[in-house]
Amino acid sequence: MAAPKRGRSASAQSKPGRSLALILIAIVALTGGMFLSGNTTPRLGIDLAGGTSITLKAKADQGSAINKANMDTAVDIMNRRVNGLGVSEAEVQTQGTDNIIVNIPKGTNSKEAQQQVGTTAKLYFRPVLASEPSGPAGQSPSPSASPSGSSSPKPGASPSSSASSKEKASSSSTASPKASATSQGRAVSDALKAGSTPSPSPSAPGSGKPSATPSASASSGSSAAAKLQAQYATLNCTKPDQRAKVGGATKPGEPTVACGQIRKVWYKYVLGPAAVDGTDVKNAAARFDTQGASGWQVVMNFTSSGSKKFADVTGQLAKNQTPQNEFAIVLDGEVVSSPFVQQAITGGQAEISGSFTQQDAQGLANMLSYGALPLSFQEQSVTTVTAALGGEQLHAGLLAGAIGLALVVIYLVVYYRGLSIVAMASLLVSAMLTYVIMSLLGPAIHFALNLPAVCGAIVAIGITADSFIVYFERIRDEIREGRSLRPAVERAWPRARRTILVSDFVSFLAAAVLFIVTVGKVQGFAFTLGLTTVLDVVVVFFFTKPLMTLLARRKFFANGHKWSGLDPQSLGAKPPLRRTRRPAGPVAGSVDPKEA
Amino acid sequence: MSKLGNLGARLHRGEISYDFVGKRKIWYGISILITITAIVGLAVRGLNMGIEFKGGAVFTTPTKMSTSVAQAETYAKDASGHEAIVQKLGNGSLRIQIAGIDTGQSDRIKQELAKDLNLNPEKLAADLVGPSWGEQIANKAWEGLGIFMVLVVIYLAIAFEWRMAVAALVALIHDITITTGIYALVGFEVTPGTVIGLLTILGYSLYDTVVVFDSLKEQTKDITKQTRFTFSDIANQSINGTLVRSINTTVVALLPVAGLLFIGGGFLGAGTLNDISLSLFVGLAAGAYSSIFIATPLVADLKEREPAMKALTKRVLAKRAQAAAEEDLAADRAAVADDSDAAPAVVGPRNQPASRNRGRGRPSGKRR
Repeated sequence: MAAPKRGRSASAQSKPGRSLALILIAIVALTGGMFLSGNTTPRLGIDLAGGTSITLKAKADQGSAINKANMDTAVDIMNRRVNGLGVSEAEVQTQGTDNIIVNIPKGTNSKEAQQQVGTTAKLYFRPVLASEPSGPAGQSPSPSASPSGSSSPKPGASPSSSASSKEKASSSSTASPKASATSQGRAVSDALKAGSTPSPSPSAPGSGKPSATPSASASSGSSAAAKLQAQYATLNCTKPDQRAKVGGATKPGEPTVACGQIRKVWYKYVLGPAAVDGTDVKNAAARFDTQGASGWQVVMNFTSSGSKKFADVTGQLAKNQTPQNEFAIVLDGEVVSSPFVQQAITGGQAEISGSFTQQDAQGLANMLSYGALPLSFQEQSVTTVTAALGGEQLHAGLLAGAIGLALVVIYLVVYYRGLSIVAMASLLVSAMLTYVIMSLLGPAIHFALNLPAVCGAIVAIGITADSFIVYFERIRDEIREGRSLRPAVERAWPRARRTILVSDFVSFLAAAVLFIVTVGKVQGFAFTLGLTTVLDVVVVFFFTKPLMTLLARRKFFANGHKWSGLDPQSLGAKPPLRRTRRPAGPVAGSVDPKEA
Repeated sequence: MSKLGNLGARLHRGEISYDFVGKRKIWYGISILITITAIVGLAVRGLNMGIEFKGGAVFTTPTKMSTSVAQAETYAKDASGHEAIVQKLGNGSLRIQIAGIDTGQSDRIKQELAKDLNLNPEKLAADLVGPSWGEQIANKAWEGLGIFMVLVVIYLAIAFEWRMAVAALVALIHDITITTGIYALVGFEVTPGTVIGLLTILGYSLYDTVVVFDSLKEQTKDITKQTRFTFSDIANQSINGTLVRSINTTVVALLPVAGLLFIGGGFLGAGTLNDISLSLFVGLAAGAYSSIFIATPLVADLKEREPAMKALTKRVLAKRAQAAAEEDLAADRAAVADDSDAAPAVVGPRNQPASRNRGRGRPSGKRR
């Protein structure tokens, strides 16, 4: 074959030792780094190490755009949430454009964390228009409920209703039988009207009287109000399916009904439009009140726009009677707390106090701080893998890999004989590099070896072996042309090199596209494939080729020993040209006699 | 080796060669037939979409379960209210697959199932997916496929030429159609793992094709300066010359995948390992086939339409006709000159392959 003269690399052939030394130094350095950093094994993915992996997909239905900034905020919030709950080493990351993957290693609290991540909702402060305990149907929703029947356990029992604003209300004022009037439909609809027209007439605050006085003048929205009222009347918050129905989907700007569980008792609420956004809360913290007697409380700090909004709404709420002086903290359509307000809270700081336990207070503070996700999410998949099963899968994967490797080695030995030493050494170097780099990438870029990645590594054995085959076949072709080994090795290289680069580039392109576009498991696979393709090129250039050059000087190969895999006779080289072999001559000077 | 090596040598010298390009109509026909079968299979039977596409849950128990498959099916049905598919895996664990439940219900079902099976819920591995998860993966896959195809066509068009890019693309589409067709016909379950495998074929299928094209490009560099071979001839030589390499790379690529498929998969039963390796296995085989039988002949076909190549083909054919005529003439003369001695007439043609051989791979025009 007529070989193009250009591109023959003189340096590669003259200093094979240098390349080999380079790659050996690299291996030693990387391995040393691996041992020094103490990460001697690749980090295992959830599917191999055991644990829970939750995939959440952002929904674009709430008016907020799915963009990088929002996704990053969401990740940040979820991360603080799961890790704030004492789950160590939980990992939250975006994948693709609209997915978030939460990986929770096996062990403590994975279920709790799953629930916390599951409530990835938006947080709103909504004024309470009406509320009452929601027991079994027939008891509470009956419009003719007597005041005594509905002066339900809420006041004393719930931390929220006994919670006060900055000026701590005396607990006596919270004992108002607020539920008495709201059990009547009329009061609800009035309350709704009051909510839709923000001009409630003042009524005596803190009085023990029922708040049923139809204070507001109806102006609009009566049909929607009627619908809401009907919904409220039939709502039974003790039924999970009904609770699910009233959740999340409501627009923040509209009144809604909601449920909330306070001290194991379900309450139902009619809530006005959202007054303050969760994003308006700068931070919140649980604090033990050392001066007063109120124990654990939650302190909120608002942003500047938040404090203005909060001042407005508390100013208005404070004029109302119970329960219309309450605001509900609504997370994922569920009321998590409903403190009431006694006077306008300005200054951007508020306290919620009540008979909180430390855990309650911290939980609420967490939700207030991190609950305001900029997007709403939907669980796409939840994978829980026990460590035993993961270990088994890893075993099977490794076994398959070992057998695959053995098969490849057998094939190479049978077909290439002596040459297979080069191939096996290169595969070994490649495998070592892959392992070491994977181990190092664990802490560096959070690379975790998952099952598809193991798969990718096994498949890569084939890709790596392919490169040698391309090169070996080229060398053999050159020998068939009648060249002796040393010139054959050098002449075959430029062309094999090009073929290897072109085809590896295509493989790498596929892996890169796969990595960028896909999510979850697929990414691990694509990453491994891309990594091994790059390593393949490195190994072929810096190890296989120099090694081949060195071995070509050995008698065993140069003389074409029967077992070398390069025996000109069995390769079918042209006999007349064999005698022109000049092993001692300068390699560069060996020109194809036919071309001369 | 020696036998195979010999075969390689003979292929290399062109002593033996299969006329892939000349008989391309046959291979096109076979491929079209396979493709039609695949499309009909897809249309009629459709793909057996896995739980990831329908929404549902897969629970895997620890090994050494004493519960029978039928018993587990009853438990699963009671717990979920849906039909369940239960398989006993090679290692003695049970794989319980329930379609149609969403992630919201799954925890309750998991608890109940664990109770029924007398297990700690912690020991019951669960894979729960919403119905849109698989769809999303599939959508991403299509997106990736599209992007990859565009990029690879651009790359091949730059590295080689647009005809090769087109041929490679056709071969790629062909591989993907065949692979999905086989999935439809055999009824293998399509899971995200399958999708991963299918996407990997992208790179792999092209690997072989690129190797052949590379050799083709090299050998046809100065093609217009000679009149011995047409483009198709050289294309055929390229395929034959790289045949051993193609076979070897395919075998070597298939071996680990086969290991993954039969050992890894067999040991664990259905699972990610199996899904990926199955589609890889099918796709790799299809990829090897298409690079030899479809891509290169297609390039030759496209190339022969080029005016320069048409002219070349004309010249080559004219020259061959002339040579044949001269030979005939020579043979006639020899026959006339020496009626009794037929040897020269035999010697002539016998020399022909040898001389052709020496010019092989040397379309430089130096030898005419």
